[in-house]
Amino acid sequence: MKTGDLIRALAADSEVRPMPLGRALALALIPGVAIALGLHLAILGLRPHLLTLLGEPRLPFKLCLTFLLAALSCALVARIARPGVSIRRMTFLLAIVPALLAAAILAELLAVPAAEWGQRLVGTNAIFCLKTIPFLAAAPLVAALLALRQGAPEHPALAGAAAGLFAGAIGAHLYATHCPDDSPLFVAAWYTLAITFVVGTGALAGSRCLRW
Amino acid sequence: MRGDEREKEWALLMRAGNAGDTDSYRRLLVQLTPVLRAVARRGLASAGMADTDAEDVVQETLLAIHLKRQSWDEAAPIGPWLRAIARHKMIDTLRRRGRRIDLPLDDFAEVLAGGESEPNMLVGDVDRHLECLPAGQRNVVRAVAVDGASTGEAAARLSMTNGAVRVALHRGLATLAAKFNMEET
Repeated sequence: MKTGDLIRALAADSEVRPMPLGRALALALIPGVAIALGLHLAILGLRPHLLTLLGEPRLPFKLCLTFLLAALSCALVARIARPGVSIRRMTFLLAIVPALLAAAILAELLAVPAAEWGQRLVGTNAIFCLKTIPFLAAAPLVAALLALRQGAPEHPALAGAAAGLFAGAIGAHLYATHCPDDSPLFVAAWYTLAITFVVGTGALAGSRCLRW
Repeated sequence: MRGDEREKEWALLMRAGNAGDTDSYRRLLVQLTPVLRAVARRGLASAGMADTDAEDVVQETLLAIHLKRQSWDEAAPIGPWLRAIARHKMIDTLRRRGRRIDLPLDDFAEVLAGGESEPNMLVGDVDRHLECLPAGQRNVVRAVAVDGASTGEAAARLSMTNGAVRVALHRGLATLAAKFNMEET
């Protein structure tokens, strides 16, 4: 086939207009997050007295940190879907999250006697946390991967990892409204481990299904 | 025409194409082709490979530009987007053929495309992949591409509705692009 022939076919196909990428992303991500929210409310439910506990700084910190991670990684997914768009600034912005967590760990170590550190780190629900965050992240991960397929990510595995980060952050944020362990030590250990697992799964899936 | 002016023109044509002006869109692809060809030849040459595959790279890149055109943000410059797609497809090609190189494609719009005419290709990658398409899609793609039929004419000739022709054409092109990816594994 001559290149001119191909161009004729492509021009003819342009009569059908594709959906703008921003809308396609929203149409995939919103249902994904909604499913996770539904599963969360149906199976886990909110922690009792959640609102009255908000006066204690550890709980709002945990909620805000996971929300911030979800928001920034959502912006990362939207950028990584477009070829030729730099993600460097987004990556720097994302570094705020571990920096805030490190500061919170330091504050916790200063506020709590050393004898209690181990108990705060292990918490009461570590294994449940490790299972639940990936469970809640599953639907957002599938949604984010489907969304990225509409785009043209230059590095499939990296894009899949970004999808995993977003999904893991959504899972972590929802789980944070249920989990009774509020110490930054617990969050740093178990939430991070659970999110890392989702990121790895996303990278693996992305390297397979995000090629174009 | 200077590079940035050329990119502005391409962006105008792409925006018009996105708004439904197929003629502008076709002009854009025609203008891009010699540039893509020069870039492909240079990329293959810098990897120490014969440039006989250049036209396959050009066609695969055009397919990708077309199928991923919604990933260009109309408010952003079009140059970086085009470069990224061309680089991606070039690297893909080299990887499929067992090479991996770092590909600088910085002066995309400055590439001089003079004298880079289309070579005579007997059977290219697209033709090979076309043979593997389901008959319905293959007939429509052939009618529109090779015979130069409009979607309406193709519909009449193949006794299909206009809508069915459009769907078959789009699926056919998407399948063609996917075949390139399936080759590497």
